[in-house]
Amino acid sequence: MRKIAIYGKGGIGKSTTTQNTVAGLVEMGRKVMVVGCDPKADSTRLLLGGLAQRSVLDTLREEGEDVDLEDIRSQGFCNALCVESGGPEPGVGCAGRGIITSINMLEQLGAYEDKVGLDYVFYDVLGDVVCGGFAMPIREGKAEEIYIVCSGEMMAMYAANNICKGIVKFAQTGVVRLGGLICNSRNVDRERDLIEAFAEKLGTQMIHFVPRDNDVQRAEINRKTVIEWNAEAPQADEYRALAKAIENNKKLVIPKPLPIEALEALLMEYGLFN
Amino acid sequence: MSTEATIPTGTIEEVEGVTPDALREQMLKGLPSKTLRKRAKQIVSNDPETPPEIGANSRTIPGIITQRGCTYAGCRGVVIGPIHDILHITHGPVGCGYYSWMTRRNLARVPEGQTNYMQYCMTTDMQEDHIVFGGEKRLAEAIREAYRLFKPKAISVYATCPVGLIGDDIHTVCRLAKEELGINVFGFSCEGYKGVSQSAGHHIANNGVFKHMIGLDDTPNDAKYKINILGEYNIGGDAWAIDELLKKCGISILATLSGGVSYDEIINCHQADLNVVMCHRSINYMAEMMETKFGIPWFKVNFIGADSTAKSLRKIAKYFDDKELIDRVEEVIAAELAVLRPIQAEIKAKHQGKKAAIFVGGSRAHHYQDLFGDIGIETVSAGYEFAHRDDYEGRDVLPNIKVDADSRNIEELDVEPDEARFRPRISPEAKQKLIDAGFAFSDYLGMMREMKKRALVIDDISHHELEHLIKTWKPDIIGSGIKDKFIIEKMGVPCKQLHSYDYGGPYASFAGAINFYKEIDRMLSTKVWSYVVPPWVKDRKAAAPEAPAEEQKAA
Repeated sequence: MRKIAIYGKGGIGKSTTTQNTVAGLVEMGRKVMVVGCDPKADSTRLLLGGLAQRSVLDTLREEGEDVDLEDIRSQGFCNALCVESGGPEPGVGCAGRGIITSINMLEQLGAYEDKVGLDYVFYDVLGDVVCGGFAMPIREGKAEEIYIVCSGEMMAMYAANNICKGIVKFAQTGVVRLGGLICNSRNVDRERDLIEAFAEKLGTQMIHFVPRDNDVQRAEINRKTVIEWNAEAPQADEYRALAKAIENNKKLVIPKPLPIEALEALLMEYGLFN
Repeated sequence: MSTEATIPTGTIEEVEGVTPDALREQMLKGLPSKTLRKRAKQIVSNDPETPPEIGANSRTIPGIITQRGCTYAGCRGVVIGPIHDILHITHGPVGCGYYSWMTRRNLARVPEGQTNYMQYCMTTDMQEDHIVFGGEKRLAEAIREAYRLFKPKAISVYATCPVGLIGDDIHTVCRLAKEELGINVFGFSCEGYKGVSQSAGHHIANNGVFKHMIGLDDTPNDAKYKINILGEYNIGGDAWAIDELLKKCGISILATLSGGVSYDEIINCHQADLNVVMCHRSINYMAEMMETKFGIPWFKVNFIGADSTAKSLRKIAKYFDDKELIDRVEEVIAAELAVLRPIQAEIKAKHQGKKAAIFVGGSRAHHYQDLFGDIGIETVSAGYEFAHRDDYEGRDVLPNIKVDADSRNIEELDVEPDEARFRPRISPEAKQKLIDAGFAFSDYLGMMREMKKRALVIDDISHHELEHLIKTWKPDIIGSGIKDKFIIEKMGVPCKQLHSYDYGGPYASFAGAINFYKEIDRMLSTKVWSYVVPPWVKDRKAAAPEAPAEEQKAA
């Protein structure tokens, strides 16, 4: 079983990219579980056709300790298994602690056991690695491969660089490695070159360049991944390509985060500051 | 500086053949450089004329084994906890509540038909679920449940560490509960991690008592001499002993903050004409704020020790400037001393010249030197657990104390005179006349001015330093707390707990002083310490002293 976590700046398209990629993997016949690690609990909406399921933490709160795996895990598109960690309302409690609690709960309930026959588990993690709770999936070997969703926008690259610092910290004591950058294009000039150069500096690769296409939004409005909404769409092939690239990826590294000056120099070089 | 200081004469040249400087070197030797730099500032050789600057109220170095407690302990445990008719709720996991279940021997007399909440331990018992989703609802339910069960006059809520981390808004919960239940409900953001010691908790507690209790009840009180005792927590009945003494003099105590006191007394105590301060460290904030808002002057007193008690009584009488009171006080002092002096003399004869070391509190390490001194025992080394520089060097250093980030973390209330209720209790002319005659207001001279030259003053002492002190200077008795009591006793030195008084007390006032003399006499006269042979000594027979002849016969 490959254990993958998707990180990236808030709003960059982590959940959309994760679900569309997972759709590509399940279409290939792989058995995949997606664990949403965002208190908003919207990481599995496209696979399930809507916000259809109770989160682990809500269930735990309502049912007490007597929770079955089936109470918190639903089957979505092509039998993709979907779990939402959930969490508190904005402004109260501790979402980070909530993620720790729910991953522990999934383990206790046997969600990762061999008999489930998982090929992949994907953790879709909220925003930046802000605190211990959000680092949970990359601690203790819960996730072993990280993909960072980014674009050619400066703040997205700052965030990606910062996430790499988190990965280095945990890589030194554990098994986690960086698998690559996924460029979710914002139609920025020379974006592909910039991210490829950035990836090279980090010691990794740009695993796929996902072009901007409004079909993604059309599918989202219909609560579907692009592959499910329109299997023939060109964008569906992009996600299939990304899924394949991840499936075949052997390049797992400890990244070398850039000093801020080097990052800014890179942006200058590729003309953003003109 | 006031002229009230009685600067001790004499110098501590050496103890057991070792000079204070040599012992200090010994304690500092071998420490890592950063630790050394810090501890060197916190261990100083005293000079009563011009107290040297001491490092205090700074972060404890991990690993030195400190005596200190946390901010929550200072707020809930020390200052507010002893108010017996407030229902205290600890908002947090169960451990913080359980381990603060008032084991400090603050005593309370509870009127017929009322409940003593000090014997209860109420906590919201936060679970993981409340950490993740927030504990505000849980707290609101707990307050309702507490009210349903007990119908207290007031409920106070204390935040523990996780509450601060997840950001529960306890103050809004308390405000809503207050509106809903119609009783006083208030909270303290006294998360344990907030300060370098429990001292931060005292400050937070003072702010809360001042904001939520002081001045709520304006019922006039027509007693002639009305005072409050601030910073007296009724350990072993100390506050009662002081009550009794002042009653004999005709002085009324409206409230003692906060030992053996009720909620009603506290909300009416701004009717007093004077605040006297026992523990400067834990309550000077309150004295200052009450003076600014209501015009009640304050000064420092000490009812620990016969001479200190007499001096404090005389000062109170002088403040009220009434011949009748002054005469009455002299009569009481004479009568009390007539009983005390013979007992004191007898015990002093046995122990004259012995040595004590005291490491405790934020005032006790100073106050108890007077009691030991009464029976001829000299304090060769002393230090506080959580006090600040002003408690060592005197309040005149206050303008020079650097406010660091840790202290800035604690709210300073912006207090202004209360237009309707501010009333100077003493005319400016009368006050000036007293000051000109050497009378000090808003004063604290600190510990150092009353210790001998070159006595070793050690702030936040570590076990390492304490062991060196015991081995080298061989004090006859140590006043300390539960965290080091048994280490000291295993080293063959009797240790009197000066937080909880072990099982004894009261030790305040003349009656209390007699109790203390007898207790110290008992502890120093017993032979039990000379029979202590640690289990790792192989030749136990050789190490044990000869048993007295009659015991040998019996064996």
